[in-house]
Amino acid sequence: MSEWVEACAADDVEEEDVIRFDHAGRTFAIYRSPDDEYFATDGLCTHEKVHLADGLVMDDIIECPKHNGRFNYKTGAAKGAPVCVNLRTYPVKLEAGMVMIQLD
Amino acid sequence: MDARGAVIVGAGECGARAAFALREEGYAGPTTLIGEETHLPYERPPLSKEGMASDASGLKLIADAAHFADAGIRLLLGSKVIAIDRAAKTVSFRSGSTIPYEMMLLATGARPRRLPLAEASGHCLYLRTQDEANAIASRFRQGAHVVIVGGGFIGLELAAAASRHGCTVSLLEAAPRLLARAVPPEIAEVIGNVHRSNGVDIRLGVSIAGFQDMDRGVEVHLAEGAPLRADFCIIGIGAVPNTELAQEAGLAVDNGIRVDGTLRTDDPYIFAAGDCCSFPLSIYGGRRVRLETWRNAQEQGTLAAKNMAGGNIEHAAVPWFWSDQYDRTLQIAGLPDEGTQTVRRDLADGAFLLFHLAGDGRLVAASGIGIGNAIARDIRLAEMLVARRAVPAAGSLASAAVKLKTLLAA
Repeated sequence: MSEWVEACAADDVEEEDVIRFDHAGRTFAIYRSPDDEYFATDGLCTHEKVHLADGLVMDDIIECPKHNGRFNYKTGAAKGAPVCVNLRTYPVKLEAGMVMIQLD
Repeated sequence: MDARGAVIVGAGECGARAAFALREEGYAGPTTLIGEETHLPYERPPLSKEGMASDASGLKLIADAAHFADAGIRLLLGSKVIAIDRAAKTVSFRSGSTIPYEMMLLATGARPRRLPLAEASGHCLYLRTQDEANAIASRFRQGAHVVIVGGGFIGLELAAAASRHGCTVSLLEAAPRLLARAVPPEIAEVIGNVHRSNGVDIRLGVSIAGFQDMDRGVEVHLAEGAPLRADFCIIGIGAVPNTELAQEAGLAVDNGIRVDGTLRTDDPYIFAAGDCCSFPLSIYGGRRVRLETWRNAQEQGTLAAKNMAGGNIEHAAVPWFWSDQYDRTLQIAGLPDEGTQTVRRDLADGAFLLFHLAGDGRLVAASGIGIGNAIARDIRLAEMLVARRAVPAAGSLASAAVKLKTLLAA
């Protein structure tokens, strides 16, 4: 069953940046793109379980802080070695200044 | 006789990445990846990290057998190329069989430098391969006494792993400080202190006189002071590039197989990449270096493949590496010894960055250490600044209030 969960305030994430959000034993990454849209993915890199929120956001790419594995955080697509498994993404909406993400 | 294709000698990070990159570049000829180890190509960085003993049997594969098969890459594992015939364009094996090539990549890597004094001992171990990591991990047990020779990355990472597994660790370094070759003294000092606070007995400026095997274990004799008793020793005193095959084929060797900026040797059909090659580093005006890092192996493997597939692209990357020890990670982008002055930026929780500037103010390298990935993002941004040959104001670099990303936009 899917549910919408409040992840953070919209202002908590700077433009072209990412923060970590933990919920019910899981960890997620919440992104704000340079064109001011919000996105959410699983929080750990698919290569070695490193928190992506410590990584660098450039345009629509999140780069893992450990080994520079790169993903498109809007689609979850892995962008080449060392990452080959895509990142799971989650629907996001803004409600009363809060970032909500839809979990299953 | 097989059709001529691409032959890659060496199935480590570099060779395996090159094989896949050839396909990504559209190369359609037969592609053969030859490795001396019997394992499928795997990632080496975890071998010296703390997890080694808990997960020693679990190889971290670069790709599984199905991925190689799907890409049409023929794997010849447990095979050693003994000669290259450049006139006939073939490589040969001990069995007498040969494989013809139209393009070849030498990704032969490096091997641990041996310590002649230790050759007679049965208790001195080295680390390069998964099998060697397993041999070391199987000797890690509560209360075991380990003497580690060498205060470089292999020695220090294994000291952290050994101490985490309850061993009593002594680490001997001949130089007056740790990590003298590639790491600024401020960061080496932090690393040394973390080891000491975890109970590692670090001894600097130590000369070893010899090793004597005992009924159980080994005695390490020092030039001065009492000998050290150990259950076993690990020798980590650097690596030597595997250049013999190239040298015997008449290719130039100069602290590694000598290549140009496109990673070609002086034979236009033979490339070399990764730990085994010396190449001109364009960001430092063509300074010739040999790098022993995971990222360089990946990048050069990929670049060599592009050029084997018809490209003519010059290497332009900034060197980068990391090391994990206890809860700390250090990262270095660029070569700090290119700098003549250092600017420090302190971050939260004891983490800090060092920016290394050339005489003209250009940022040439950055290094940092902190808990977890505290410094990763900033080092990545600094790497981009180095690649752009940026000349940032020292005051901006020193102040944690100035986001490095804003310097990138400038």
